[in-house]
Amino acid sequence: MSGNVVRGVPPHAGSTAYINARIVDPTANSEYRGAILISDGKIADFGPTLFASGAPYGIESVDCRDLYLAPGIVDTRVHTGEPGEEHKETLESAGVAAAVGGITSLVLLPDTEPPFDDASLIEFVARRARQVKLANMYAFGALTAGLEGKELAEIGLLAEAGAVGFTDADRAVGNAQVLRRALYYAKAFDALIVHLPQEPTLSGGHMSSGVMATRLGLAGNPPLAEVMMVERDIRLVEMTGGRLHLAKISTAESVKVIAAAKERGLKITCDTAAPYFALNDLAVGDYRTFGKLVPPLRSEADREAIVEGLKSGVIDAIVSDHRPQDQDSKRVPFAQAEPGGIGLETLLPVSLELVHNGHLSLPQLFQRLSSTPARLFNLPGGKLAKGAPADLVLFDANYAWKIDRADLWSKTKNSPFDERPVQGKVVATIVGGRAIYRDDDFTSAAAAA
Amino acid sequence: MLGIEGLSPETISGLLDLSESYIDQNRSIDKRRDLLTGRTVINLFFENSTRTRTSFEVAAKRLGADVINMDVATSSVRKGETLLDTAMTLNAMRPDAIVVRHSESGAVNLLSQKVNCTVINAGDGQHEHPTQALLDALTIRRRRGRLEGLQVAICGDIMHSRVARSNIHLLLIMGARVRVVGPPTLMPTDIDKMGVEVHYNMKTGLKDVDIVMMLRLQTERMQGSFVPSISEYYRFFGLDREKLKVAKPDSLIMHPGPMNRGVEIDSEVADDLDRSVIHEQVEMGVAVRMACLDALIGGRRNAMGAAA
Repeated sequence: MSGNVVRGVPPHAGSTAYINARIVDPTANSEYRGAILISDGKIADFGPTLFASGAPYGIESVDCRDLYLAPGIVDTRVHTGEPGEEHKETLESAGVAAAVGGITSLVLLPDTEPPFDDASLIEFVARRARQVKLANMYAFGALTAGLEGKELAEIGLLAEAGAVGFTDADRAVGNAQVLRRALYYAKAFDALIVHLPQEPTLSGGHMSSGVMATRLGLAGNPPLAEVMMVERDIRLVEMTGGRLHLAKISTAESVKVIAAAKERGLKITCDTAAPYFALNDLAVGDYRTFGKLVPPLRSEADREAIVEGLKSGVIDAIVSDHRPQDQDSKRVPFAQAEPGGIGLETLLPVSLELVHNGHLSLPQLFQRLSSTPARLFNLPGGKLAKGAPADLVLFDANYAWKIDRADLWSKTKNSPFDERPVQGKVVATIVGGRAIYRDDDFTSAAAAA
Repeated sequence: MLGIEGLSPETISGLLDLSESYIDQNRSIDKRRDLLTGRTVINLFFENSTRTRTSFEVAAKRLGADVINMDVATSSVRKGETLLDTAMTLNAMRPDAIVVRHSESGAVNLLSQKVNCTVINAGDGQHEHPTQALLDALTIRRRRGRLEGLQVAICGDIMHSRVARSNIHLLLIMGARVRVVGPPTLMPTDIDKMGVEVHYNMKTGLKDVDIVMMLRLQTERMQGSFVPSISEYYRFFGLDREKLKVAKPDSLIMHPGPMNRGVEIDSEVADDLDRSVIHEQVEMGVAVRMACLDALIGGRRNAMGAAA
């Protein structure tokens, strides 16, 4: 993959028209040929009739040549190594990978060193994002002090400093009393709590339980360790009326239980990450540590249920769950390997499989990737609306290529999707009206035209 | 040679046939041949195992190879050197084979990807211990003349046992029928999907079997975590004369060693000269390891075929 990431450009002033595009509008659940006019970094106008009679005169215009133009991806689950493990990923390198991946807003997890359990770190992220000048960067605050699951973090102060949600990242809160109080307390600030449901006493293994784990001789995590925590959390929401979002749903049983809770009218939402609808536990065959994730990759039946959950809307959103790990963390025996996979650059092509396989329409996919996460986290992007930030992704939905980790822009290369053939490629990423990424082929074609 | 899983019946039979030829050599006065003269074998043991290491050492020396034992528990790995650094360092010394024992499943596979000599798995975590399964098969085949159609019960801590996994693969490949017997807490998930019959008590588990394979129970697992106590384990899952009654009268008793007498096996049956083949297993171990070294680095590739 080759292209240009453009940094340090001042906020876009003036107007640009993106014409001859196939526009994907998730909020209106529609898809049509049309144009988008950007003025001063915001969407000034859009629609099927805009500039229908030809390119506008006197303002800069970009011919999209029938490629898709959609609201940029809002990825609400991203680990970086800044601060603390900058050798794995910095906010700058994550910003570059996000730009290449069509991600215009990302929410950073708080499990850094030190963790984001202090307001000054939330301010640090905002300051660094302004320096990096790529995607919009937001941060979670820690839910509990030191992410230890014992005492509440300063939720109010963190929210005031700009934290958009609260979570202990990949650590589940095992103590029900702690999560109950957090849900109650967060109501005072209308704060969203994001929780990874995995019963900690049953999740000490290294892959999902089953015949594969038995063959490989690896300790397993039973899939039921997830649903029993989902069930507990649902009762806590019922008890407290708090806003809870469950992260990285990976099992068929969880989907069922969440569907039933939603039917009962509880305000509970959830997401899944790309590996859980695209891969199963065969991906860890021969001890492939790039397939070691939290929660572990599950069975094929679970994977199919996650696809169904996305289709029915029981699963509200898709995240990348980008988690960089260097070679020293992965080139060790499986049980000793650190979990996690990178995902910013592969999120769109892998998610497009849901469209190519007929499970979702493009507007539905961008509900899961852009508009719904933006709404849940109260972020300004993720939608087409007059006055909304001009955060957009231009992509070719059909371009066929093979993911090669050596070509990825992330600082570490631990992609569980390495060598996967995919269809779909980001051509340009636009944040606040300025193109922060442009594919070389598109740039040269545009210049020739 | 990383595991039994995936080997063909022909490969296994070939290795067993080759092993047979070494049994007589080992019993004669002149035990040494110079088949592997000039070849270097490194025993790289990240986990202590005097028996297996000695067996490989004797096997290599009897074929004339130079053997270096690396007891890694006391070397630079303690100083933070990674498994792969160790592998690359040894690889640079150009050995012909590295025999590896490691406490983590998959560690030997990982190591084998980074070296360009033959790697023999001498046991990795809870994954496989292929030469143990081969020596068990050789012992059975010599006593019974065949493996096909035999009913074999593997008893005890199946969950944590690489010996059980390698034996299950080998016996099923060779057409034997396999039962696993033990408390449910020591059964791995979905073990039945590997093609074995699961039993939670010795009475039904041992009924009419030809072979009883006992497994060692690690001390740290007997005190409340997986089973309540040693005496309770012995009462229900320890092999004694009484429990053995339901098995075929001429059934063989096997154990990979070292035994916990009075935990998984009673001394009376362990030392039964007619039925216990536990010492024979040790003898076959040397022959099988000679056959593996011969097939893998002896210049004769026919026995292992593509699996080498």
